[in-house]
Amino acid sequence: MTTTTSSIRPVATRPASVGSWFSDGWITTRRNLIKIRRVPDILVFTTLQPIMFVLLFSYVYAGSINIPGSSYTEFIMAGIFAQTVVFGSTYSGSAMAQDLKEGIIDRFRTLPMSPSAVLIGRTNGDLLINAISMIVMIATGLIVGWRIKSSPLEAIAAIALLLLFAYAFSWVMAFIGMSVRSPEVINNVSFLVLFPLTFISNAFVPSGNLPTPLRIFAEYNPVSALVQAARELFGNVPPGAPVGDTWLQQNPIPTVLVGIVALLVVFVPLSIWKFGRVSAR
Amino acid sequence: MSFIEARDLVKTYTPRGAPVVRALDGLSLSVPRGTVTALLGPNGAGKTTTVKVLTTLVTADSGTATIDGIDVAADGGDIRRIIGVSGQYAAVDENLTGFENLDMVGRLYHLGAKASRARAKELIELFDLTEAQNRPVKGFSGGMRRRIDLAGALVTDPQVLFLDEPTTGLDPRSRIGMWDIITRLVAGGTTVLLTTQYLEEADQLADDIAVIDHGKVIAQGTSDELKSSIGGQRIELTLVSEDDTPAATEILRAVASSEPEVSTDRRTIAVNVAHGPAALRAVLADVEERSIRLHDAGMQRPSLDDVFLQLTGHAATIDDESEKAS
Repeated sequence: MTTTTSSIRPVATRPASVGSWFSDGWITTRRNLIKIRRVPDILVFTTLQPIMFVLLFSYVYAGSINIPGSSYTEFIMAGIFAQTVVFGSTYSGSAMAQDLKEGIIDRFRTLPMSPSAVLIGRTNGDLLINAISMIVMIATGLIVGWRIKSSPLEAIAAIALLLLFAYAFSWVMAFIGMSVRSPEVINNVSFLVLFPLTFISNAFVPSGNLPTPLRIFAEYNPVSALVQAARELFGNVPPGAPVGDTWLQQNPIPTVLVGIVALLVVFVPLSIWKFGRVSAR
Repeated sequence: MSFIEARDLVKTYTPRGAPVVRALDGLSLSVPRGTVTALLGPNGAGKTTTVKVLTTLVTADSGTATIDGIDVAADGGDIRRIIGVSGQYAAVDENLTGFENLDMVGRLYHLGAKASRARAKELIELFDLTEAQNRPVKGFSGGMRRRIDLAGALVTDPQVLFLDEPTTGLDPRSRIGMWDIITRLVAGGTTVLLTTQYLEEADQLADDIAVIDHGKVIAQGTSDELKSSIGGQRIELTLVSEDDTPAATEILRAVASSEPEVSTDRRTIAVNVAHGPAALRAVLADVEERSIRLHDAGMQRPSLDDVFLQLTGHAATIDDESEKAS
């Protein structure tokens, strides 16, 4: 057989480079941005849920839970921020599982693109969703009487810390999504794991009020460290309520920073490695 | 060395709570440049795994595979620059429009923004996808999605195109449309490796057919070669009266290369013969001489179905249940 010229015009491809790594990451990010725009459910859920949480907690519980030296609304805002962004990072898990199931990851993996680009695009998508949630929650909080009692710089640091932690957690979820392969399972499991994790913490009540076993859990819970760090940076630590006496609770900002670095160092390479091996079944 | 060359590929999977599956069990395959080769086999024969190994999605446990001399396992990046892949399920992003899907693929091939857009437009024309151009893929028919997926595999005009069951699940009209597109591509000289469980599809599209079963290629050749490999033609007589059955069986046995097969109503008798036309002439002369009355006498070449049955001992389309049991 001889090779004949194709009827379809050949196009030259350029080899991968650092520039193409950035461009691949941007292209897959853009894909997720289009999805956010076209599937409004995600955005509606992302904005309504935090509004609902802020209103429910500050009006339903505010009268019954007494935080010495502070208002309940002021106390729980950091908790709601932390809970919302942690849940926001789970999209990466279900989205990777969904892409895997639909064969879209197979398609990407047969293209001469950077293997990390799909994951970068995915986690960037979560970051954007979480940033939108943060803006909505901050606005709602300010309306119901929450006040930032620190410097603007510290407040920005608090927001950055929350978003960074959630970003690092997105990489964990992406890895889990590729391992579990079922978007439904991811959603159910994250609900079952993250609800206790965010509730058995200092997010909604001072950890000192919890029964001893739960208190111990809460004081070592990484979510508590994140909440405490945000509370400190927003200047919302209630003067009257004791902070847990674990190192994690006493030094929440370094704890969270170390946690972010540790999650990224482990799960970025692990997820990229996993991505290079998964294929639809 | 052929354009695509696979040697002794082995790939095993261990499904949770189940014994090890040898998806590929020493598979070897050669595909010459510019030809269409069909991998024909039932579900679970190893067709998709073969495509996955050759397209760098899965690494074989052992064995080697090269495309244009490039090692699939060692130089995956170089392989991905010369291949196009369209999978069993249309791997298109539902939330993107047809145009956005193709444009995205072009950009991920690093064609640049302008060339990607131009190429996407071109493919939309070529594949008659104008309807899907500016609407999200969600809501389009299976046939339309497949076309977008196939167009995605052709964004860079690859040297070799892998089509994994390109028409599975499509209605007959879309299937014929897909065959049309593939035939056009082939006329352009693209090397194609396609997998199918439909004999008719392999017969229609492929120059060369590799019959695959239990992770091995058990025969490879043109459709004609495969058909003649199982012994020439087949002669079948249908009698008016079953009283003549013993005599007719004797006549057929004299020319046969196989034991005569008698139908349950005892009036149809068939045999395989080496040289069809000569044998048929001899049989008809004998029948005439002994005054046996016939409803029908005929000669046919074996179908790919017969080939498949002969080679594997089971029919071409078998369900998953019997596959697991075997």
